[in-house]
Amino acid sequence: MTDVVLVELTVNGERHDLAIPPRRTLADVLRHDLSLTGTHLGCEHGICGACTVLVDDQPARACLLFAASVENTRIRTVESLGGPEGGLSDLQRCFSEHHALQCGFCTPGFLMLAEGYLAEEPDPTREEIREVVASNLCRCTGYQTIVDAVEDCASRRRAALQAALDTAGSSA
Amino acid sequence: MGEPGFRRDGTWVGADVPRREDPRLLAGRGRFVDDVELPRMLHAAFVRSTEAHALVTAVDLSEVREVPGVVAAFDAADLALGDITALLDRPPEEFTPTSMPVLARDKVRYVGEPLAVVVATDPYAAEDGVEAALVDYEPLDPVVGEAAALAAAGPPVHDEAPGNVLVDVSLFATEGIDDTFATAHTVVTVEATTGRQNALPLETRGVVADWDDRDEQLLVRTCTQVPHQVRTVLARCAGLDEKQVRVTVPDMGGGFGQKCVVSREEIAAAAAARRLRRPVKWIEDRREALTASFLAREQHYTARAAFTADGEILALDADIVCDMGAYSCYPFTAGIEPLMASAEMPGVYRVPAYRVRGRAVATNKAPTAPYRGVSRPQYVMVMERLMERAARELGLDPLDVRRRNLITEFPYRGVNGVTYDPGSYRESLDLCEQVLREEGWLSHTEPGRVVGVGYSCFSERTGYGSGAFAQRKMQVVPGFDLSQITMDLDGTVSVTTGTLSHGQSHETTFAQIVADRLGIGYDKVKIVQGDTDRITYGWGSFASRSVTVGGSAASAAAVKLADQLRALAAHLAGVDVDACSLDGHGGVRAGDRTFAFPELAEVAYLRSHLLPKDLGPGLTATASFDVGGDGTFSNATHGCVVALDPGTGGVEILRYVCVEDCGVAIHPRVVEGQARGGIAQGIAGALFEQVTYDELGQPLAPSFMEYKVPTAAEIPDVRIEHLETPCAFTADGAKGAGEGGTIGAPAAVLNAVNDALRHTGVELDATPIPRAAIFAALEVPR
Repeated sequence: MTDVVLVELTVNGERHDLAIPPRRTLADVLRHDLSLTGTHLGCEHGICGACTVLVDDQPARACLLFAASVENTRIRTVESLGGPEGGLSDLQRCFSEHHALQCGFCTPGFLMLAEGYLAEEPDPTREEIREVVASNLCRCTGYQTIVDAVEDCASRRRAALQAALDTAGSSA
Repeated sequence: MGEPGFRRDGTWVGADVPRREDPRLLAGRGRFVDDVELPRMLHAAFVRSTEAHALVTAVDLSEVREVPGVVAAFDAADLALGDITALLDRPPEEFTPTSMPVLARDKVRYVGEPLAVVVATDPYAAEDGVEAALVDYEPLDPVVGEAAALAAAGPPVHDEAPGNVLVDVSLFATEGIDDTFATAHTVVTVEATTGRQNALPLETRGVVADWDDRDEQLLVRTCTQVPHQVRTVLARCAGLDEKQVRVTVPDMGGGFGQKCVVSREEIAAAAAARRLRRPVKWIEDRREALTASFLAREQHYTARAAFTADGEILALDADIVCDMGAYSCYPFTAGIEPLMASAEMPGVYRVPAYRVRGRAVATNKAPTAPYRGVSRPQYVMVMERLMERAARELGLDPLDVRRRNLITEFPYRGVNGVTYDPGSYRESLDLCEQVLREEGWLSHTEPGRVVGVGYSCFSERTGYGSGAFAQRKMQVVPGFDLSQITMDLDGTVSVTTGTLSHGQSHETTFAQIVADRLGIGYDKVKIVQGDTDRITYGWGSFASRSVTVGGSAASAAAVKLADQLRALAAHLAGVDVDACSLDGHGGVRAGDRTFAFPELAEVAYLRSHLLPKDLGPGLTATASFDVGGDGTFSNATHGCVVALDPGTGGVEILRYVCVEDCGVAIHPRVVEGQARGGIAQGIAGALFEQVTYDELGQPLAPSFMEYKVPTAAEIPDVRIEHLETPCAFTADGAKGAGEGGTIGAPAAVLNAVNDALRHTGVELDATPIPRAAIFAALEVPR
């Protein structure tokens, strides 16, 4: 298996040209070729979700994708969430405030799952959040605080949006 | 992170401060072992046995070495490492010593046992290499399960143990106990089995080993709860001096006990790195983790208890058999489960007479190690079933039977010779019942479903000291821990500990403890953990010992440093040391002067000519701590409400309440996190997870498709109530908090299911609770 293919990937807004074997997974390319080690591997068969990244804004298992198959997509990893100075996003801060992580190994996968989900569904019920969060495995938290964190983040984003609308309305 | 401002009563201990681990872990900047990349690094994969029990007649690696990318391949003879051997100081009739070779030679004893290590330029090539290995076997009849092991009809797992019994102890036998059973009003029996489970940290095992020419040292970065024990075993197996091995532990994605024993793969990978003088990485894949890693929990209990007519327990008689799999783990041995169960089974109840036999049998399954709770989930389940069954037979309320028997006066010395420190056994039960009543669950109904409520009461010994471990007669006796604290020029401190966090927030909680001793911000304290070159010896993190033992050692070291700071300030101010005290804001008041820590540190390091004669330069102190007596006991009551689906036999948990008492909670939300995560693992054992094998010893659950790990859809929200009975002999009154959730949940869930099945007359005593049995029970016309 010495064949090499040329692959062009756009990750976190940055373009990368890679010469890789066709069987190399997106997870391995992110972690080991691009040094984006925030994406973790917990099972390599698509169940645990620790490797969840966004591909064209949709949560996807990086362990099940060959890197060569996701050319011409926009890939986002956990490294894209924070600010340029290392500050944390609102979602990340909610995870911390709700103690939604312990060992932290599954956390990037849950963050990317929630990021993709909230972009699509800004007003979910707690039960809907629980159902989506059930895509990934966590072995430390018992999940409750992860659901709390996602719920709180959704509610804060809605409040912020409402406040912005109110401001826009009053200044109009 | 904003300014931490959550101090309660002016102290850090007890405050819900932001976790110091969070920013890096949330940003994807944690550094786990697979994140380590080194120049010239190679990747290892293991050739593993496809047979459960066989003589190995040939291991041919010649084609492996031809595979593109493969750099080397070694079998047992090539590496010539010494065996891993864990021993008990017990007589031959109680303990049969066996060894675990680093790589199997001559014989394999379970599917997945490593036979050879392949090293290649990338992990894909290493796996290609494994595919090219040729192994010839002469199969033997496999010993699959406890009954087959005890029947000893075929070839034994180990020739040294012809009957397959590695440990056989009868620790207690109260005189006259047979008479008590003969004359008791009621005798109830529980025959219980618990399934084999995988502790299943989400980060699998892994290691990156590298020979450092400059230090003449093998630097082993590994995913372990016990770095010093890995150093000791590696040095012994490879014939190195201890100082030639440095073990460090980066961020760790969980352990739960599976990583508190030494793995043969980490030894083999390190040995390959030393041989090749190149870095070697091995990362276990999930299939290996599910089939070839350390497992736990498969036990069989036959327990009888004698009761008076009004529900007072008079005697307990238990026979416990633990299926330990193929090998004894280091350092705990195959005795880990039967010794724990035998010593602790009476638990929270006043049991006047006790007899127990505990056995560990060898089978052709992957070996076992400690797993969160070690035997306590099982014996607590059996004790709680005995209480429930007695209540049923005597026509009493099961909670009244418990209340009649719970220990309420402390310190209490049990029939097992253990002295329990004060706890809230009765209060936690009362509160748990009250919460469920107030929430309306005691009269809850669900249309079309069958509802039941179950409880479990338990305590857990947490701060095991050397004395408590020595009673097990392990040849390697854990217990103490060391800590060293150093203040730098700017008044910040670094604290070493021999314990280490794999999710329990030590960087935060240890900093809280030390900050209180010195009167500084917890963000001024750096915790140094998981590095054998930084601390003489440590026992790592297991048995909920970190805060009780490691935290107390760090506290003691900080107190010594505070004494040095006061002595220095006294000298500089020309006052008596008794006139000096910490000001709580990073300084020392000395008479009418105040010295900020950086002022004192400047003298200690940069102006040492000003030091008093009896104080050397620098600001460093070392202390150790060991728990005296029989250790500390946390306790809890769990309450669970379930609904059974008559159409499917499915179990839904409607409500879960945990009333826990771990003494003083250093960080209440960390404690709650431990409880919730533990409960999820306990529910997993009660309802879902089981490692199964076919009759030939082939694993039937090699992936997450077959091994059902519960998700957010199956684990309910848990209400947690704290009680606080401070421990008298740890630094801050803390007891351990890591394991209780896992210990209490199986019994609570099982009792709730049985409560729901009450009208059917069916009682279940097995976990995972068989859904088919629930379905069958509910299907019976009534």
